[in-house]
Amino acid sequence: MNQQTPLLQLQELTLHFRTSRGAMRAVDGVDFSLGHGEAVVVLGESGCGKSSLARAILRLLPRNVQTYRGQVYLDGRELMSIEDEEFRKAIRWARISMVPQAAMNSLNPVMKVGDQVAEPMIVHGGVAKEAALANARKMFQHVGVPTDFLDRYAFELSGGMRQRVAIAMALVTAPDLIILDEPTSALDVLTQANIMNVLKRIKKELGVSYILITHDIATSSELADRVAVMYAGQIVEVGDARSFFAAPLHPYSQKLMASVPRLRGDQEPDFITGHPPSLLDLPKGCRFADRCPLRMAKCAEEPPTFNKHGRLVKCWLHG
Amino acid sequence: MLIEDFNKVQLSPIEENVGQSLMSIRDLRVWFELRRWGFGHAGNVRAVDGVSFDIRQGEAIAVVGESGCGKSSLMKTILGLHRPTGGDVSFEGVSLSRLDRRGLKWYRSQVGYVQQDPFAALAPFMNIRRILEEPLIVNGVKDRDERTARIRKALEEVKLSPVEDFLPKFPHMLSGGQQQRIVIARAMILNPKLIVADEPVSMLDASVRVEILKLLRGLQESHNLAVIYITHDLSTVRYFSERIFVMYAGKLVEKAFTPDLLREPRHPYTFALLAATSDPDARNAEVYREVPPGEPPSLVNPPKGCRFHPRCARAMQGLCDVEAPSDFEAAPEHLVNCWLYK
Ligand SMILES: Nc1ncnc2c1ncn2[C@@H]1O[C@H](COP(=O)(O)OP(=O)(O)OP(=O)(O)O)[C@@H](O)[C@H]1O
Ligand SMILES: Nc1ncnc2c1ncn2[C@@H]1O[C@H](COP(=O)(O)OP(=O)(O)O)[C@@H](O)[C@H]1O
Ligand code: SF4
Ligand code: SF4
Ligand SMILES: [Mg+2]
Ligand SMILES: [Mg+2]
Repeated sequence: MNQQTPLLQLQELTLHFRTSRGAMRAVDGVDFSLGHGEAVVVLGESGCGKSSLARAILRLLPRNVQTYRGQVYLDGRELMSIEDEEFRKAIRWARISMVPQAAMNSLNPVMKVGDQVAEPMIVHGGVAKEAALANARKMFQHVGVPTDFLDRYAFELSGGMRQRVAIAMALVTAPDLIILDEPTSALDVLTQANIMNVLKRIKKELGVSYILITHDIATSSELADRVAVMYAGQIVEVGDARSFFAAPLHPYSQKLMASVPRLRGDQEPDFITGHPPSLLDLPKGCRFADRCPLRMAKCAEEPPTFNKHGRLVKCWLHG
Repeated sequence: MLIEDFNKVQLSPIEENVGQSLMSIRDLRVWFELRRWGFGHAGNVRAVDGVSFDIRQGEAIAVVGESGCGKSSLMKTILGLHRPTGGDVSFEGVSLSRLDRRGLKWYRSQVGYVQQDPFAALAPFMNIRRILEEPLIVNGVKDRDERTARIRKALEEVKLSPVEDFLPKFPHMLSGGQQQRIVIARAMILNPKLIVADEPVSMLDASVRVEILKLLRGLQESHNLAVIYITHDLSTVRYFSERIFVMYAGKLVEKAFTPDLLREPRHPYTFALLAATSDPDARNAEVYREVPPGEPPSLVNPPKGCRFHPRCARAMQGLCDVEAPSDFEAAPEHLVNCWLYK
């Protein structure tokens, strides 16, 4: 593996759905890249296209796809042009796996959790059952589930334990990248902190990369090396975590940060007025314009993504 | 045993100082019987186990604790939906156990309820007008014009305007935040004195949580409402409540004014909750968070002594695992259910 080549690179990635009211532009030209052993968080309001972006990367497409295009490079290899069969064999699970939104509630109720964790190895890795179960046991240790839980069923486990099992499933094929879709949003504070500790430890010990999708900004900072902010199908800001959390650049990112209730410090949280535009009927210019306090005449035109000392911002203020 | 009895008669200082207490809860117990087929009685789930506090008119309090600690059971009992196994809830000096059917109906009109999942709380086949009209009809508002006026006022108060646009809509046509506003409007429509909000924003997107909490706070102030806000998220509590009660395994383990509790938490469990709560800060990624080992205990067979002792780093052997602590006054009006503060 060449450390210079990014692990994952997206160019103009686009995923539109066909609906009775026209094209739903859920992912609308997304560029970003991710290094080896790096964690990028994707932040954004409900419905802005975060889960659809994950689907587009993993080619987990629903039936009603209208447009699916752009480039996805994994270690420099272009993925969009390869056959579905090859993608399923060599990429999904093997190289990139996912913990889907609400994964802990979608475990198979009639299968022992140990068998569930072993299954992707057997199906996608061609590993023998014995070896797969031994590996599942190892994964349970990595995510902090007692190994005698291997023989239990999902309903016998707490929410936090079930979520750890879902993470073990994504880990078991030894992928380079795990996409985590809202892994802690449904959990209590202590369980959340526990899961974040587990993810940090796995990253350190196994060197995996993460794309963490969430609307929970405070918790996202537990894992983030870099932050990407998504708004109405587009990425509007990308920056390293240190600069981003200290002072986000895009007016939308600034508003998002100001809306976070903080335990420490005295800043009263504020909310963003208005709604994101419909993905069925997007404005021509800047998509944030009708909620933006800093809007100018120029904003009627779509801003390009500017590079400001290595930070990317899609806003005319930074041109 | 002795300690338990002592607890029952002890009046804590917070409770003595109350001038205008709206609701008073004393040693409340809510147990659910566990039945197993063929075995009959198989134990009790002690969801609420000896909870006492007072709420003053116009005051917002927060009950903070993890999933399964008994928050919703406490709420449902306050709403009169569960009958207490022991202890008492009284409203304006009258015990709920003494209310007859008419009395209970009156009581329910005095207490509004905001649920966790707004979509589940709204009947899918009713439009917004019907949803808001129903409690008025049930409570005998016969005049149609008056009902219309009150519905309009309620919608304006939750800032859903223009009102005409919303009246004919059905719940599925609204965003989660708008649905929760309808739930709040319904809770407000009979002019209650108390609002019980059970995790009112945990199902909503982070971007609308603050908006909904500010709306509730605004209504509380303008109507001099009492609010019980149930949550597991301490970071929102400081902006939206005067006092915090921390709940663990069916008991309130710390009760204090919000700034006092956040500045100087006393109970080891409260410490743990605060330590686990993140603020957005890039340095978080460089360290592991401290979390007490284990999980909350079974409420069927809770640990002997202090219920937190199996997870507590400061547990004192021979004391904490033997005898349950009572509420000690660690500072004025700051009660802690922990032997460290005896
Ligand atoms: N198969 C589909 N057909 C049509 N529209 C879809 C489909 N899948 C998703 N959408 C729509 O695309 C938009 C983006 O959805 P997506 O699930 O990616 O959002 P999200 O950012 O993950 O939101 P959340 O935070 O609520 O999970 C939404 O408006 C959604 O309703
Ligand atoms: N109707 C019921 N019958 C039996 N057990 C119940 C019932 N309602 C709640 N419980 C149990 O009581 C405990 C506390 O639940 P709950 O009050 O819902 O907690 P919280 O709201 O804090 O998550 C849990 O163990 C729950 O399973
Ligand atoms: S481009 Fe204009 S409207 Fe858009 S965020 Fe920047 S200043 Fe605001
Ligand atoms: S009573 Fe003992 S075990 Fe319980 S919280 Fe206090 S120190 Fe810990
Ligand atoms: Mg999603
Ligand atoms: Mg509950």
